[in-house]
Amino acid sequence: MNGGDEVAAAPAGPPQSLDWKFSQVFGERTAGEEVQEVDIISAIEFDKTGDHLATGDRGGRVVLFERTDTKDHGVPRRDLERMEYPIGRHPEFRYKTEFQSHEPEFDYLKSLEIEEKINKIRWCQTANGALFLLSTNDKTIKFWKVQEKKVKKISDMNLDPSKAVGNGSIASSSTPKHCLANGGSPDRSYNYLGNDFSFPPGGLPSLRLPVVVTSQETNLVARCRRVYAHAHDYHINSVSNNSDGETFISADDLRINLWNLEISNQSFNIVDVKPANMEDLTEVITSAEFHPTHCNTLAYSSSKGSIRVIDLRQSALCDSHAKLFEEPEAPGSRSFFTEIIASISDIKFARDGRYILSRDYMTLKLWDINMDSGPVATFQVHEYLRPKLCDLYENDSIFDKFECCLSGDGLRVATGSYSNLFRVFGCAPGSTEATTLEASKNPMRRQVQTPSRPSRSLSSITRVVRRGAENPGVDANGNAFDFTTKLLHLAWHPTENSIACAAANSLYMYYA
Amino acid sequence: MAMIDEPLYPIAVLIDELKNEDIQLRLNSIRRLSTIARALGEERTRKELIPFLSENNDDDDEVLLAMAEELGVFIPYVGGVQYANVLLPPLETLCTVEETCVREKAVESLCRIGAQMMEQDLVESFIPLVKRLAAGEWFTARVSSCGLFRIAYPSAPEALKTELRAIYSQLCQDDMPMVRRSAATNLGNFAATIEAPHLKVDIMSMFDDLTQDDQDSVRLLAVEGCAALGKLLEPQDCAAHILPVIVNFSQDKSWRVRYMVANQLYEVCEAVGPEPTRSDLVPAYVCLLRDNEAEVRIAAAGKVTKFCRILNPELAIQHILPCVKELSTDSSQHVRSALASVIMGMAPVLGKDATIEQLLPIFLSLLKDEFPDVRLNIISKLDQVNQVIGIDLLSQSLLPAIVELAEDRHWRVRLAIIEYIPLLASQLGVGFFDDKLGALCMQWLKDKVYSIRDAAANNVKRLAEEFGPDWAMQHIVPQVLDMINNPHYLHRMTILHSISLLAPVMGSDITCSKLLPVVINASKDRVPNIKFNVAKVLQSLILIVDQSVVEKKIRPCLVELSEDPDVDVRFFASQALESSNQKKMPAPVTCFSNHNQTNS
Repeated sequence: MNGGDEVAAAPAGPPQSLDWKFSQVFGERTAGEEVQEVDIISAIEFDKTGDHLATGDRGGRVVLFERTDTKDHGVPRRDLERMEYPIGRHPEFRYKTEFQSHEPEFDYLKSLEIEEKINKIRWCQTANGALFLLSTNDKTIKFWKVQEKKVKKISDMNLDPSKAVGNGSIASSSTPKHCLANGGSPDRSYNYLGNDFSFPPGGLPSLRLPVVVTSQETNLVARCRRVYAHAHDYHINSVSNNSDGETFISADDLRINLWNLEISNQSFNIVDVKPANMEDLTEVITSAEFHPTHCNTLAYSSSKGSIRVIDLRQSALCDSHAKLFEEPEAPGSRSFFTEIIASISDIKFARDGRYILSRDYMTLKLWDINMDSGPVATFQVHEYLRPKLCDLYENDSIFDKFECCLSGDGLRVATGSYSNLFRVFGCAPGSTEATTLEASKNPMRRQVQTPSRPSRSLSSITRVVRRGAENPGVDANGNAFDFTTKLLHLAWHPTENSIACAAANSLYMYYA
Repeated sequence: MAMIDEPLYPIAVLIDELKNEDIQLRLNSIRRLSTIARALGEERTRKELIPFLSENNDDDDEVLLAMAEELGVFIPYVGGVQYANVLLPPLETLCTVEETCVREKAVESLCRIGAQMMEQDLVESFIPLVKRLAAGEWFTARVSSCGLFRIAYPSAPEALKTELRAIYSQLCQDDMPMVRRSAATNLGNFAATIEAPHLKVDIMSMFDDLTQDDQDSVRLLAVEGCAALGKLLEPQDCAAHILPVIVNFSQDKSWRVRYMVANQLYEVCEAVGPEPTRSDLVPAYVCLLRDNEAEVRIAAAGKVTKFCRILNPELAIQHILPCVKELSTDSSQHVRSALASVIMGMAPVLGKDATIEQLLPIFLSLLKDEFPDVRLNIISKLDQVNQVIGIDLLSQSLLPAIVELAEDRHWRVRLAIIEYIPLLASQLGVGFFDDKLGALCMQWLKDKVYSIRDAAANNVKRLAEEFGPDWAMQHIVPQVLDMINNPHYLHRMTILHSISLLAPVMGSDITCSKLLPVVINASKDRVPNIKFNVAKVLQSLILIVDQSVVEKKIRPCLVELSEDPDVDVRFFASQALESSNQKKMPAPVTCFSNHNQTNS
């Protein structure tokens, strides 16, 4: 990988724009290669340390990657983080393992097909060197443990497998058990042993324990530890862990349920927006996330563009929100599409829990949890598509659900777009950073040359920043935007400026 | 490969299967670990089996759980208490696995072993183990360590005791909430082993830390510890240290914490004594009874009797009873239901006058509640209130409630009330029963739902037991037998079932004279299901009646049935005949099966 000349951060003022470089690609398409539907990535998530990355795809698989560049130094990770590791090193990952998390199913009671597509992945607390994660499709959440196991071979049995049994090896689990010479089954003899047989005081010297030889070879084994099923009537859009390490939530269109990680057969409904009469339904839940540190706070977004923060301490069923964040509709701008494009497709808490980032069809918005009058910053992502909303509605693109992410330091935000583009904005006060990158080996190819100045006159007083180049429908190279190649899923490394994003079946990684 | 003598073969298989690929076989071997140990002898168990188990601990959770359990009772197989310390290493590793139930079982087994170990061994091996776990790299080890301090602490020398207290204090402030939760859970039993002076200083400061934790889940467990800790302290210390905390908790922002307080409060009252209870805890409890969150009110309402029992009657009448009145009309049915299940217990506490004046109206309004659960809960505790106010006052309001429940459209509600009929009958007496309930009992025998008919048949039997055969002869048996002519075959089957249940209660004479003819008659039924059930009933009657009756009446009938065109009828008839021949105790007829769905 290219060493990279790091841009030194300016001593004062807003941080400078990052110079993004290509780092890695997994599953790159060769020219003319057809993308298989099942291979399309549908979820990306870094773990808390940033040492692991998981992706889920429409085929129900989860693929894990592990970081390779920090492991070999012998310096404990914690020290590395503290000493601001020298520049020139960026996260590099390698394929670790993959497993089939979900299979297609059929709900016979409702005559519904249940897709295997992974909607969300969330990492859980690691324990004993094993990795734990939650993965969910539309209906069922699963808790996975991935662990390296040393390969063990068993030798030296009491009974020679080949001789004593005569019908297969002793290790085989096949039904014909070891038959005794006299035709009796061993099962019966157990009882005989237990009741009547008296062992000599010194034991029986001819018996021996199996010898287990542990080889240096290791195997990565993924095991499904728990299945949390049958709690959602609608499609699950989010799962999110609580900071207490023992509970998590799952959200579908109308309800949010609270689970204990160790109890898979019961969950508690904490939010229910289902109206008594489904004809009165005007709003659905689109995304939900726990506060990163406050165990009793969670936020969920709705299709009407509002974010509600609820306090689990208030009551068992949180029908009333503690805080509501929504932007008042600009007068006179209402159209057929207003409500559709206001729908929030994703929300993320910043790492410190102070800010919430939301993505709707046209914009990214950053909200201060202490200020519910409006967003502190709005970044235009798709403003240039406004004239085309009719077409986008026709071909359903307007319902695409783009994800968003924040950098670990909270200084930047990113989200995806069409033509495999994604955009990075600086959200620190005074920052004008607005970068467009393409998910390819040459990310800056389509970089818009001069990010336009934000329009900030009076608005700067309230720190409302409206920014983002008003791109024409045609990019710098004259390519028309392609609505079939959309970059929906991306994730920011928790501690470094590194982004992983999914372009169809390929996983691209960039660093700055 | 070793040559194994034939008698040893099974044990050899058992040992080999410790490493079988089939988890069921491994599990089986682990469950027979004591057999393996006896076969190997004590010395080889210590030197080979235990190390073998220590090394092979990456098995499935089920196997590890079984291993953790077996090792807890393994001391005799390693040569007695003086060798108990060899069992510690495998359990120590099991204390670090990530599956909670395995860890908990390993901790339990370690405690069991530690409790038997000699003091010197505890100091030399058990305490270092606790310290290692408490300093474990992963939270799983630290979580487990919290449960072991209570065993380690008492036998530790003074310096080590100080260290152990310091380590525990660290665990109470661990980064991981899981560890803090475990520390909070175990604080009470650790505190029980600690000397009074340290209790007041060290333990109380740990307790304070936990009660101020950011995580609701930790505070929750700290509340649970309040009562246990309070009981260890002198009442005045408890009032000084625990009381402010619990009063504070009763106003916590989190409803889950308040819920815990509502559940625990009466225990704290016992620990602090009457005066602080009156001045601080009664007001706190009243707040909880009026909490905004229904879950909290449910918990508080459920403890209202226990709380009142430790108060004097005046306090209860003055402060608690008004709240109870409010709760009886609470908007949440679950609150009313919780109240209904305990409110009867208040009657003895309040005494007759207050009960009639204040409690009875509440009680009657709950009895008319729109939700069946509430009414059922009242009826289920009828005996308690009967003792105080007598049945006359009750019966007027009771009967409509019972009748309504008896006809409820949810069969589970009907089922529940049937279960209480014998209790009601015993409380209300024969007279009341004859007038009002008898008809209901008969009506249930014709219910649409099988479970109700089944329960009704049982009910008839229990009534016969309660009031005796003579009464049953007058009030039950004729009505029951009448129904054998019901046009619906399923109802006729219910009657047969009732007869088989009644017969043992009624005794041989009545069975022969009244019940048996009806059954014999039923053997001429058109429906095969009735006929083979006749065969089954006759089989059960064989035990009750005289041999002569069997020969004269039952056998001829069975012989006839055994030539029936229907295969099931022939089968059960010949089975019954066989048992009449053998004259031995056949298994009682347990189920009234419904083999082929013939029309009636």
